[in-house]
Amino acid sequence: MRGDDIGQPLLEIRHLEKRFALDQGFLETLRFRKGHITRERREVHAVNDVSLGIARGEALCVVGESGCGKSTVARLIAGLLTPSSGSVHYDGTRIDTLSGRALRPFRRKMQMIFQNPYASLNPRMTIQQTLEEPVRNHFHGLPRAQVEDKVAEVMRAVGVDPNWAKRYPHEFSGGQRQRIAIARALTVDPDFVVADEPISALDVSIQAQVLNLMLEAKDERGLTYLFITHDLSVVQHFGTRVAVLYLGTLCELADTATLFANPRHPYTKALLSAVPQLKDDHPNHIRLRGEIPTPINMPTGCPFKSRCSYANDRCGAEQPRPLRQPDGALVACHAVEEDRLG
Amino acid sequence: MSNLSTNPEKTRMQKMWHSNIAYSFRRNPVAIVSLAVFLLIALSTLFAPLLAPFDPYDMTQFNILDSELPPAWEQGGEARFVFGTDAQGRDLWSAILYGTRVSLIIGICAVAVQALLGITIGLVAGYVGGRVDSLLMRLADVQLSFSTLMVAIIFLAISQALFGSETFNEYALFILVIVIGVAEWPQYARTVRATVLAEKRKEYVDAARVLAFGPLRIMIKHILPNSISPIFVISTVQVANAIISEASLSFLGLGMPVSQPSLGSLISSGFDYIFSGSWWITTIPGIVLVVLVLVINLLGDWLRDVLNPKLYKG
Amino acid sequence: MSLLSVRDLVVKFAMRDQTVTALNGISFDLNRGERMGIVGESGAGKSITGFAILNLISRPGFIDSGHVMFDGMDLAHTSDKALRTIRGNRIAMIFQDPMVTLNPVLTIGQQMVETLQAHRSLTRRDAEKIAVAKLREVYIPAPEERLQQYPHELSGGMRQRIIIAIALLLDPQLIIADEPTTALDVTIQADIMELLLELCQSNNVSLILITHDLGVVSQMTERTLVMYAGRIIESGRTRAIINDPQHPYTQGLIKALPQQTLPGERLKQIPGNMPALSAIPPGCPFNPRCEYTVDRCRTTIPELVRVGPVEVACHEVQRMNRDTETEEQTA
Repeated sequence: MRGDDIGQPLLEIRHLEKRFALDQGFLETLRFRKGHITRERREVHAVNDVSLGIARGEALCVVGESGCGKSTVARLIAGLLTPSSGSVHYDGTRIDTLSGRALRPFRRKMQMIFQNPYASLNPRMTIQQTLEEPVRNHFHGLPRAQVEDKVAEVMRAVGVDPNWAKRYPHEFSGGQRQRIAIARALTVDPDFVVADEPISALDVSIQAQVLNLMLEAKDERGLTYLFITHDLSVVQHFGTRVAVLYLGTLCELADTATLFANPRHPYTKALLSAVPQLKDDHPNHIRLRGEIPTPINMPTGCPFKSRCSYANDRCGAEQPRPLRQPDGALVACHAVEEDRLG
Repeated sequence: MSNLSTNPEKTRMQKMWHSNIAYSFRRNPVAIVSLAVFLLIALSTLFAPLLAPFDPYDMTQFNILDSELPPAWEQGGEARFVFGTDAQGRDLWSAILYGTRVSLIIGICAVAVQALLGITIGLVAGYVGGRVDSLLMRLADVQLSFSTLMVAIIFLAISQALFGSETFNEYALFILVIVIGVAEWPQYARTVRATVLAEKRKEYVDAARVLAFGPLRIMIKHILPNSISPIFVISTVQVANAIISEASLSFLGLGMPVSQPSLGSLISSGFDYIFSGSWWITTIPGIVLVVLVLVINLLGDWLRDVLNPKLYKG
Repeated sequence: MSLLSVRDLVVKFAMRDQTVTALNGISFDLNRGERMGIVGESGAGKSITGFAILNLISRPGFIDSGHVMFDGMDLAHTSDKALRTIRGNRIAMIFQDPMVTLNPVLTIGQQMVETLQAHRSLTRRDAEKIAVAKLREVYIPAPEERLQQYPHELSGGMRQRIIIAIALLLDPQLIIADEPTTALDVTIQADIMELLLELCQSNNVSLILITHDLGVVSQMTERTLVMYAGRIIESGRTRAIINDPQHPYTQGLIKALPQQTLPGERLKQIPGNMPALSAIPPGCPFNPRCEYTVDRCRTTIPELVRVGPVEVACHEVQRMNRDTETEEQTA
């Protein structure tokens, strides 16, 4: 399969799983139970069997609450983590098994923007150094003048005055730092950008500036985004499609308009109803009762069953698979399948 | 929070003057006095050949008739020997100037060796992690479980026996630097590893990895510059420790020979005469040693407070 | 008579080279049982207002002038001893991070009993009874068991509930909640907010809710103060401010929210950044970022004046309204 094949996703993950070992050394795995010493390995199931594809030019948003594995998905795709099983494909090539030299061309095509602009810039490097380093590293032998031109061009594109290039990150505000972090990602001319909560650390008025900047970059440079966020209003504005994750499992995947107009999964419904609305005087959200399970002891069956008011015996025993709905949405819910949501 | 428009470009000096370190230094009299005393000692040892009235390494300048003269202000003292003379008739003031020089050189060079070893090992252990980390850190644990002095004594005693004291005395300085350097690298390795572990989790390191920078570049260009503060802090303490280690070894007769005395060997050489009334041969170099170590430690304390208020406290 | 009355409160911070003004003449009244929101971005001074009410500003900050009248007492000029009978007792405070507020080495029960016994002469048994009752009030299942647990054994939402229960222990007349749900997930946040609202209403407790989230303010409060660079720039009934904001900054904040723009379109953004406290421009602090700025804005600080249902600190509010009206007519 080649890139000219229409319908081929730019990026695809198949049955992606990531487990983190909780106990590092051999001694930590030993446990004292009922008079016996047993050996057990506890694991955090951060991502469980998630499959999705991202088409060129799309902005796929991944939403969910803390601990749902959305950041892990971002890191797996960006190659910062290796999957426990499953695979990541970029433009038809499997990339999660590549390393070092073979991965370099893909690393250039795929960039990442991080959540915390106070941590994502090296505090000991000037803006100029921060932005020049990737250019030099990926375009070997580029004359000095061209490197500087490129850096100045990117700085102008993100709205950072090139005269500030000699300054250090601590001299900038959060919003300006995030612009610089975006500029750094853009210096290597990527096609695909993973953005992990890029605006959640910023103030409201600055959030709009950064979102606009990212939309501009998308239009002008033809970027494809994977956008991780917990803020549903941003999703509605920014995303073309939305994936809802709960406890590392895909609940619902749909076009943004479809999802907001007609959320299917009980968790998606609760999530949407919980967003504080400006014009609504009377909060009327769906209350979720019950214990929130931890990803250490993954429940059998549907991961959402403990908080779901529609859960029945089947939900407790059998994990629902994502099923295609008539309007193209994917929903993993027995209640939706059996049409007993009412 | 920053405001760029109101900040005109500053020169490097101005930036330094306004930096936190400079500010806290200006406000801390202990740090100012310590640095002044340290600079005074360091500069006078640097210019020892100009300041010293005699060459303490030149046996021909000694006169046995001048032996055990008290300091100039005591009865029987002579003006040309400000701090008096030792048992060989050597001018104590000159000997102290040269001796402090030897002590400082050994202290600083030994710490350089420690730092080189420790930082490299710490960086690799922290960044690579896993088995490599476990192996290197267990090695450090083993090394730490022997006290520095014990290792040094055994090593020095063996090499003294092996090379004979002639050869040993000739290379004593290098051997001391190496021994003290090798014995204390785990201090650096542990500190550096701890900071690397903290820095490694920060997003700028992830960003560098996403940009496909190699591990060596990430370690040296990104992580190391951000781990420099704790390295500074322990360096000061380590210099003080190394000077004391050297003094102790010399005192035990395993360090610098009496012909090229360090502070330790001076103290040691005077020890036999302390009960015969010649207190100055031991006491004056002793005071210099205490002052030198004290100011370095005070500077280290101040640096620790400024650079890393949370680390090491409690 | 109002429960809390803040007058011309000025808080300054003595920095290295200069003294900066973090709060510049804050005045407002809060009635019994009233819920008020303070909104603004980081650095606007909203958290400092919360701390200043309880006289909890610590060095290098200090209350420079002004009064905080609470039930006939001026909290800004009262001894620490007298303040201790107010803090935690008649005015409770809820902070952003539940993990920091609770002491990790004490059980929930120990912390609740300690708080009770510090202010009331109660036996341990009686104090525990009250604690259990309060935990039940915040819908914590099996409250007797929770008393034996340590904070780390509980989820974030549960911890914030417990903090609310502790805040309610001594039946305060006023709760100051500083970003109480920012560290929590959306679904949990909604639960906690609903709980807080319900408790304030049923116990007739006043609430000052400090937040950056206009949606939360809109759902929780009756009145809102909007702060910018240490000043109140708009105040009035929450509905009025949300539906028809008068100050250009408030308008900008609301328009900048993604739900106010069609998907995929450019968001209306406020240019620039909030000035640092050390570099607040002369005149109206918002003037460098404002599209309506005229000469007067650069020289004279606007006072709060009544415009319809709200009070606004803006010289150009009349002209601005005319402009928007003509715009609407032409559109």
